Amino acid sequence: MRGLVDWLDRRTGIRGLLHQALDEPIPGGARFAYVFGSGLLFLFLSQVVTGVFLALYYVPSADHAHTTVAYIVKEVSSGSFIRSLHVYGSSAMIIVLLLHIGQTILFGSYKRYRELLWLAGCVLFALILGMAFTGYLLPWDQKAYFATAVGTNILTEVPLVGGWLKQFVRGGTDLGTLAISRFFVAHVFLLPAAVFAFVGAHVFLFRKAGAAGPPVPVQPEKTESFYPRQVLMDIAFTAVLILALGLLAWLVPAELGPEANAADTRFLPRPEWYYVPVFQWLKYWPGSRAVVGIVVIPTVIAALFALLPLIDRGGERRPWRRPFSIGGFAVVMAALVALGVQSHVEDERDPAIARQLSVQHDAVKAFMSEAFEPEVAAGSLKVENAALANPVVAHGKAIFAAQACDACHGADARGTDSAPSLIGVAAKYPSGQLKQVIKTPNAKMSDGGMQPLDAPDPDIDALVAYLESLK
Amino acid sequence: METRRSFLGGLLAFGASTVGALLAIPLARFSLDPLWRTTSEVLWSDVGAAADFASITAPMKVQVAIEQRDGWRKVLSEKPVYVVKAIDGRPKVLSAVCPHLGCSVGWSDAKGQFVCPCHNGAFAPDGGLLSGPPPRGMDQLDARIEGGRLQVRYQYFRQLVPTREVLA
Repeated sequence: MRGLVDWLDRRTGIRGLLHQALDEPIPGGARFAYVFGSGLLFLFLSQVVTGVFLALYYVPSADHAHTTVAYIVKEVSSGSFIRSLHVYGSSAMIIVLLLHIGQTILFGSYKRYRELLWLAGCVLFALILGMAFTGYLLPWDQKAYFATAVGTNILTEVPLVGGWLKQFVRGGTDLGTLAISRFFVAHVFLLPAAVFAFVGAHVFLFRKAGAAGPPVPVQPEKTESFYPRQVLMDIAFTAVLILALGLLAWLVPAELGPEANAADTRFLPRPEWYYVPVFQWLKYWPGSRAVVGIVVIPTVIAALFALLPLIDRGGERRPWRRPFSIGGFAVVMAALVALGVQSHVEDERDPAIARQLSVQHDAVKAFMSEAFEPEVAAGSLKVENAALANPVVAHGKAIFAAQACDACHGADARGTDSAPSLIGVAAKYPSGQLKQVIKTPNAKMSDGGMQPLDAPDPDIDALVAYLESLK
Repeated sequence: METRRSFLGGLLAFGASTVGALLAIPLARFSLDPLWRTTSEVLWSDVGAAADFASITAPMKVQVAIEQRDGWRKVLSEKPVYVVKAIDGRPKVLSAVCPHLGCSVGWSDAKGQFVCPCHNGAFAPDGGLLSGPPPRGMDQLDARIEGGRLQVRYQYFRQLVPTREVLA
């Protein structure tokens, strides 16, 4: 072992590198308050790994995105688990990011010589929010589609270039397949590359400035190296993250809803929890005032936040002597929480909204319980047309229309609000049973308004043949 | 001090590798999924009611709908097959693809034999080779009767070889 290390050291200088990495002095000693940065780094790497693996199956295109994610979730071994890790990992990053920022503000460790370190962190904050926003669209289910439609609509409020900006981001006036390509490129190439670059800058600047230590100097002055205690604490926190994410992904797999349907005008979009406060905030700024609430106020808050080290410049780091920095951060966080709670309360209070949200919830559950249905490849034979080549089936289809079955069961038996789709109905009523229930519907069907079909036997047989061809 | 440090380092390395290996299990299962997936397995296609073929005297041409799985998509196509007179009650279905160069073999009522239009290969009503350049008789497809329906597994076979070899 020692020989191997010597051999490597002579060629790489690994001992010096390890010494640099591990023996960094931490003024005031190791603390659990310092674990969040390492935790974020771990979460980011976990997102990269799970993201790369998801890309083995994912196709960024409006006609395949949803099918490929459904394939990952329902068919591929460990697919649901890996996707859940990725989905919950994004939430975990936001939580740990807020803890990291909170600790930095509380300890005043953005001060003197750490302004650029703070700014690099602010850029990373924005990039992570961008990762969350761009990733959300990619599964192309209902909530992804409508939440992103709302999110990109906000861009129109930007003065002068708003409309142009929205069209640029969406790749058109509407949200379509070009939007998926754009969001995909941002999510897997541009933003991660920027995150890597800024993580490098952030860590470099951190090492240059050195650890800030506690806001109140510990007496007597003590300094401890990064290794071993701080390393152990970082690892302990990472282990908690792994355990929490793993258990969550295993016990409560992330769901996928039905495929995006732009024509569904009833759908109520609700963003991921970390964007709910923003979503609620937008409600208060209708019409011409929108620019104030959507552009001006957030820009001012973001600027104050980014420039915090230049505003709060004194050498004072004790929290109780910096009421404006700490108070300002606390007020913004409290406001975000209050907005989130308010949004939830409003959804619960309005019975129409609550009903629609529960319908959407049920639709997700129903889709998740369905078996995976492979996509019919382009250039495939149209099976229904092939079946109609059979004269009996064609006659059955004519009877389906003549007896007004399509009035309730819909054209091509695809179902309407008043009666279910009959695609695949033959599997439910094998050999002879189908004919039986057409002639004498069961109680449930009668309650739904189904009439017994009074027609000659050959006609009913043709109708059954037609229904059996619906797959 | 030095010993304690390297012991701790070893412990950390061991712990990290164990956790790493544990996390690698789902990733390996995920990426290796196509290895134990049988998506390329040919599904059974419906030919028609078995009773319809029970008493045929001459080979009967039927178009069957073929469904092939390819990952998250399925490819549907239609291929011609011949149902020929059953021997000892077992259904026999032949591929219409000529084992010579892959032309579509036709049944000639006048001659009472299968004739390939490309190079005049001729086959008996049961598919056996009679004359011409084909290296073997017409290829028999796996067939079965399920719930009164005749079903077939459509496959392709290597051309220009004397034995029937399934192509993947």
